[in-house]
Amino acid sequence: MLIGNYQESYASDEAIFRTPATRVWMGLALLAAVLFPFVAGDYLLYLANLMGVLALSALGLNILIGFTGQISLGHAAFMGVGAYATAILASRLGVPFWLSIPAGGALACGAGMVVGVPSLRIKGLYLAIATLAAQVIFEWIFTNWTSVTGGIRGLNVAPASLAGWRIDTDARAYFLIMTVAVAHYLFATNLRRTRWGRAFVAVRDRDVAAEIVGVNLFRTKILAFMVSSYFAGIAGGLWVYFTKVVTPENFPLSLSIQCLAIVIVGGLGSIKGTIYGTVFMTLVPELLKATTGLARQVWPTAQSYLFPLQDVVFGLLIVVFLIFEPHGLAEVWNRMKRFFSLWPFEK
Amino acid sequence: MTGSPVVESESRDILSVEGLSLSFGGLAALSLVDLSVRQGSITGIIGPNGAGKTSLLNCISGFYRPQAGRVTFDGADVTRVAPDRRAALGVGRTFQNVALFEGMTVLDNVKLGAHSRLRSGIVSTMLFTPGARREELALREQVEHEVFEFLEIEHLRHRTVGSLSYGLQKRVDLARALAMRPRILLLDEPVAGMNEEETEDMARFILDVQEERNVTVVLIEHDMGVVMDLCERIAVLSFGERIALGTPEEIQRDPEVIRAYLGEEAA
Amino acid sequence: MSDGLVHLLQLLVSGVVTGGIYALVAMGFVVVYKATRVINFATGEFMMLGAFFGWSAMSALHAPFAVALLVAVAAAALLGMATERLVLRPLLGQRTISVIMVTIGLAAIFKGLAQIVWSGDYRTFPAIFPRAPLELGPLIIPSRQFYPFLVAVGAILLVGLAFRFTRTGVAMRATADDQMAAFGMGIDIRRIFSLSWSLAAMTAAVAGIVVGIIGGISPQLGAIGLRTFPVVILGGLDSIGGALAGGVIIGVLENLAGGYIDPLLDGTSVKEVVPFVVLVITLMVRPYGLFGTREVERL
Repeated sequence: MLIGNYQESYASDEAIFRTPATRVWMGLALLAAVLFPFVAGDYLLYLANLMGVLALSALGLNILIGFTGQISLGHAAFMGVGAYATAILASRLGVPFWLSIPAGGALACGAGMVVGVPSLRIKGLYLAIATLAAQVIFEWIFTNWTSVTGGIRGLNVAPASLAGWRIDTDARAYFLIMTVAVAHYLFATNLRRTRWGRAFVAVRDRDVAAEIVGVNLFRTKILAFMVSSYFAGIAGGLWVYFTKVVTPENFPLSLSIQCLAIVIVGGLGSIKGTIYGTVFMTLVPELLKATTGLARQVWPTAQSYLFPLQDVVFGLLIVVFLIFEPHGLAEVWNRMKRFFSLWPFEK
Repeated sequence: MTGSPVVESESRDILSVEGLSLSFGGLAALSLVDLSVRQGSITGIIGPNGAGKTSLLNCISGFYRPQAGRVTFDGADVTRVAPDRRAALGVGRTFQNVALFEGMTVLDNVKLGAHSRLRSGIVSTMLFTPGARREELALREQVEHEVFEFLEIEHLRHRTVGSLSYGLQKRVDLARALAMRPRILLLDEPVAGMNEEETEDMARFILDVQEERNVTVVLIEHDMGVVMDLCERIAVLSFGERIALGTPEEIQRDPEVIRAYLGEEAA
Repeated sequence: MSDGLVHLLQLLVSGVVTGGIYALVAMGFVVVYKATRVINFATGEFMMLGAFFGWSAMSALHAPFAVALLVAVAAAALLGMATERLVLRPLLGQRTISVIMVTIGLAAIFKGLAQIVWSGDYRTFPAIFPRAPLELGPLIIPSRQFYPFLVAVGAILLVGLAFRFTRTGVAMRATADDQMAAFGMGIDIRRIFSLSWSLAAMTAAVAGIVVGIIGGISPQLGAIGLRTFPVVILGGLDSIGGALAGGVIIGVLENLAGGYIDPLLDGTSVKEVVPFVVLVITLMVRPYGLFGTREVERL
């Protein structure tokens, strides 16, 4: 909540960062992000890279579900399409990363266009199930189209390199991933504040009225699917250079569900929320791992409970957030800001 | 050949509905309804509840496909044209239940009204290219001058629509329709639920829109004061049929109309 | 009879009978949807827990099978009621994505808890069904397919008739159709929801035990739940008879694909993917399936 925000022109009122305070905070955040790899250990760096990729992918899903209200249970499939496209171009044709990753995004975008076609006729639950079918079908293609995808063994990819400078450490990968992720968060913010972002939200809130007021529903929904799967495809491509290998096991239904959980816990429709959700849903399992590791000293078999415990905690987080905090962490953050903006006065 | 076209278009019909019949399952909502609307006029549609008034508006907007009949807008047959295409042609609409987009601010709701007029593609908006930036800022200027100032709602622009009173929400609904720069405005009960002051304001806005911008207005209303004051012609619907068409004076005296509203004894 | 014809008939019969199992699993989805308009993504996990309840009753309490079955069904009924009360009721009226996700979350919780309580080890039921396969001339139906098919048909008939002819069943359908109207008619909506979830859990428990008898019990048993989506979509989300029809058709198509298409591909099998292709086609051509009721969009 901005207090004392006075703008003198429409242009400045339309800007993303409207007060000096927010600009300063953003600058500091960027600075911290740049310095991070120089101070962080290997494991933290690995986590940061993982979160970067997930945050990017989840943002795409949020655009589809949060902005446009279309349900997708097959997001991981699009990550897979992007990843495989990137990997094939890189390993078979020697295409450099700055071409293969966008190509992966483009192919995933095309897949999104195809999967979005049913949205012309079906909505809600039925559309969700259609995307579930897409997930299963794509997984099957990844596993069984051996000549192209390498089947169960998958594909190996050499590290990305730019004019001889190889991206073969986690720190270097970090800069690549973060740059791409930050750029796409900017794109998503731009989207939300302009013509198509408004169209997406209109379709979500009242599609009947939106159509009468001039929004072509089918075109808008297809665009939402395409943008969403493009983001997933880029994330998949980055993933490939990050892990240097791609197999069908990397993109199961559980990854789609993980992305869904991130979006819901973070806050549907909130761009910042996606970041909160990613960090939260990545760090909680890590915390659990650390706890069971410690507990092992008093309780030797604790570790064998790690995976099922992660399942239970994951499920509990989803259920608890949906019941008690349906607008997610973004709303929790907003509430805190509102509280502190007036503190020590109340309300 | 270079004479001003204004004189001719003033007496032309911008909208005409011929033999419109609409039914749901076995229930007839509209039966052989005719209506022609002169360019630049204000036409009223009245009738008891359930008469089919909103259904008629929905057929004109394109939300319903009639089983029979024709809708002609600006000389073109639009009976089978999709609603969003009709909006692009200039058919603006407000809704009985307001139908604002709750997830967006007032400003965004109004800007959305102009969606069909904008040209930016999705990629250019995501990248916020100079072209996209120009269009967005031009839109902001246009919406501020033509709509916010006109309807006196500048102070509301960053509010979420859910926090507004009903009367203000209806004004935002009208604002959204105006952002389209419509040729014709279909208003569904624009003053419903408003107090006297709000009603007068809304009536004034409607008149200004018609006079200053040469927008044709078709309005459904139950508030007879507004209808009689604003409309030059009124169509009366009852049980899906048009039972009367004429000036306010003629309608007030029409026995069919009186019977439809007040029952047999009063006629 | 020629070999080709025997092969075809064998595939058909196997398909019909496998379809019985699918139909049994699909019932869990349909009962919940028919009564509450909710798709329960945790149906598979309800099945899995039902199977474990039954197994625990037999191994820990040394109960005979019939008693264990009753115990499992009773425990499942309680679980269903608790789930509805604690998790689903707070989400009444929320958007579809929220309800879908909460059942997905529930599935994760159940799966994790099952693994913690019973460990990931693979358990088996003692042999309940007779071992001998059924022989129809040249065709052979393994007992582990045939008896589940009988159970499926029996359960479907039972539940289908209950929905059709009992007052509670009618009340459930009314509630699913139009809550406000049902409420206005004096139907206790909360009780109906509770009963619906109990019934769904009980159906799932029976299905889970049957599946457990055939293939053993483990926390992964629920995975069959998702594979049943093609069945419910084809049959119609709210049609019990549709579950049987859908199950049989999918079972047959799967087998035919496996029998005729697989040999043409080296190493790959299309059996897993064919049902989902059918699902997509169904959604494009006839979204409400063969017997589902068309939902009218309320304006």
